[in-house]
Amino acid sequence: MSREAVLNLILAAGFLVFPLWAWMAEEPFLITLATRAAIFAIAGVGLNIALGYGGLVSLGHAAFFGIGGYAMGILASHAQTYTPLLEWPFLVEGTKSMPVIWIVAMLASALAALAIGALSLRTSGAYFIMITLAFAQMLYYFAISWPAYGGEDGLPIYVRNGFPGLNTLDPIQFFALVYALMLATIAVAALVRRAPFGLALNAARQAPERVRAVGISPYRLRLAAFAISGTITGLAGALFADLNRFVSPAMFSWQTSGEIMVFVILGGTARLFGPVAGAALFIALEHLLGGVSDYWHVFLGALLLLVVLFGRNGVVGILAGQEARRG
Amino acid sequence: MAEPVLAVEGVCKSFGMVRASDNVTLDLRPGEIHALIGPNGAGKSTLIEQICGGLEPDAGRITFLGRDVTGLGTVQRARMGLARTFQISALAMEDTVIENVLLGAVGAAGGAFRFLRSALRDRAFRARAEAALEQVGLAEERWMRAGDLSHGQRRALEVAVALTLSPRAFLMDEPMAGLGASGSQRMTGLLRELKAQAPILLIEHDMDAVFSLADRVSVLVQGRVIFTGSVAEIRAHPEVRRAYLGEDA
Repeated sequence: MSREAVLNLILAAGFLVFPLWAWMAEEPFLITLATRAAIFAIAGVGLNIALGYGGLVSLGHAAFFGIGGYAMGILASHAQTYTPLLEWPFLVEGTKSMPVIWIVAMLASALAALAIGALSLRTSGAYFIMITLAFAQMLYYFAISWPAYGGEDGLPIYVRNGFPGLNTLDPIQFFALVYALMLATIAVAALVRRAPFGLALNAARQAPERVRAVGISPYRLRLAAFAISGTITGLAGALFADLNRFVSPAMFSWQTSGEIMVFVILGGTARLFGPVAGAALFIALEHLLGGVSDYWHVFLGALLLLVVLFGRNGVVGILAGQEARRG
Repeated sequence: MAEPVLAVEGVCKSFGMVRASDNVTLDLRPGEIHALIGPNGAGKSTLIEQICGGLEPDAGRITFLGRDVTGLGTVQRARMGLARTFQISALAMEDTVIENVLLGAVGAAGGAFRFLRSALRDRAFRARAEAALEQVGLAEERWMRAGDLSHGQRRALEVAVALTLSPRAFLMDEPMAGLGASGSQRMTGLLRELKAQAPILLIEHDMDAVFSLADRVSVLVQGRVIFTGSVAEIRAHPEVRRAYLGEDA
């Protein structure tokens, strides 16, 4: 087993052991903290497919995070007020069922990612960064000025949505659900990376002219990667809204995009468990340093600087060295 | 005469005042190596880009396998079986040798949108990739990163990727560039073998290689093909000697 595989196992186990310990120690707040980290990790796993594998520096992933959040908020708010979402041409009612909400959140994010990607991917470099940012900002201002779903104030959901067989209001049960989804999305990312698609996407990042010369369109590869990426980040958004039982335009903000990017870069770009390590570290720092000083972001910034300057490939790169790829 | 595999007819391309391709006509016939030589700035790269589909000609026509491909892009022409190698190695340097070759196998099979199975473990892709590595003599290096290969090995890897496409024609842009004497010799041997699989349009500066390999040679000067003929004719042609070999006739 490679060093990275061992590290990944430790990360996966640690992510489980910590909240279990908190559960036994009756520290529900720490469980919630771990849940938050796991949700951020999912968002990062999504971005990593675009940023890490595809080399697509998207500063607009808040768009998908927010769409996922609002998918949850809109469906659940209609369910809690017993008003249908749509009466004509056919009846669409709200729902409090998590699986349904996840599917809607992922479909909506996938469609948005296809649309945003189709336009943004015609550019590259700084223009790509700016245009993805612009799309997310458009959605941000749209959410602010949409009074039906809370506008600037956001939209509270009073009871957490349900999952068959679980009491989702119990922190440890909700954590278990999020944790399982985190592992599932990591599995998807691993599959994508190893598949012919991932091979071609990875090559398109490094030598697009070569990919074209073997008869594969880099544009189509990137668009598909961007859509998969947005879909996963959208799922994270739905979970985040459910965690807080609150949706607000802040989910669309550029700070959110930046934070998702920080998870990926801090943990290790293009490393399978990079976003997991990054999100965990981010939440740990926020919790520990946030208690010491309101200006904890200064320390985060310094750490990020060190990682980018000296750590090859983030925390995972520092701990596991270069990636070994075989089979 | 057999139908040419690739034909360039009356192709023109200008950049501002510079006529990079001036009514260029040449063809590639089955089973031959057709070398294209010319001094720096003669318009070789522009011509290659037009043949591959990276640049659209201002005028003229390019046919490949009897089909007019002038309006088709690089991806479509590659899928028809036009395999090129690059003058400056265009490889995924962070990836292993086998992954680079697998990319060709994936492209040839139209399999880039498969998600469920590992590319490395796909029997068909792997067999095709291994065969190509074997042929260029890189089988031992399959787990090395492309970035760690020597220059000569990278040139060979370029050829291996082209081979995985089961091409109908090769377009090789200075495959000998930067190779030492022994490296050039090895590459010359390899190209002689490849010619049996598909004809080669060879852009090359190395005159020893051109003279030992080519069935026909075309000379490009200032965007125009000034002469096409056998190696013996080229050697004897006074205008060619003056224009290209830099001799006083």
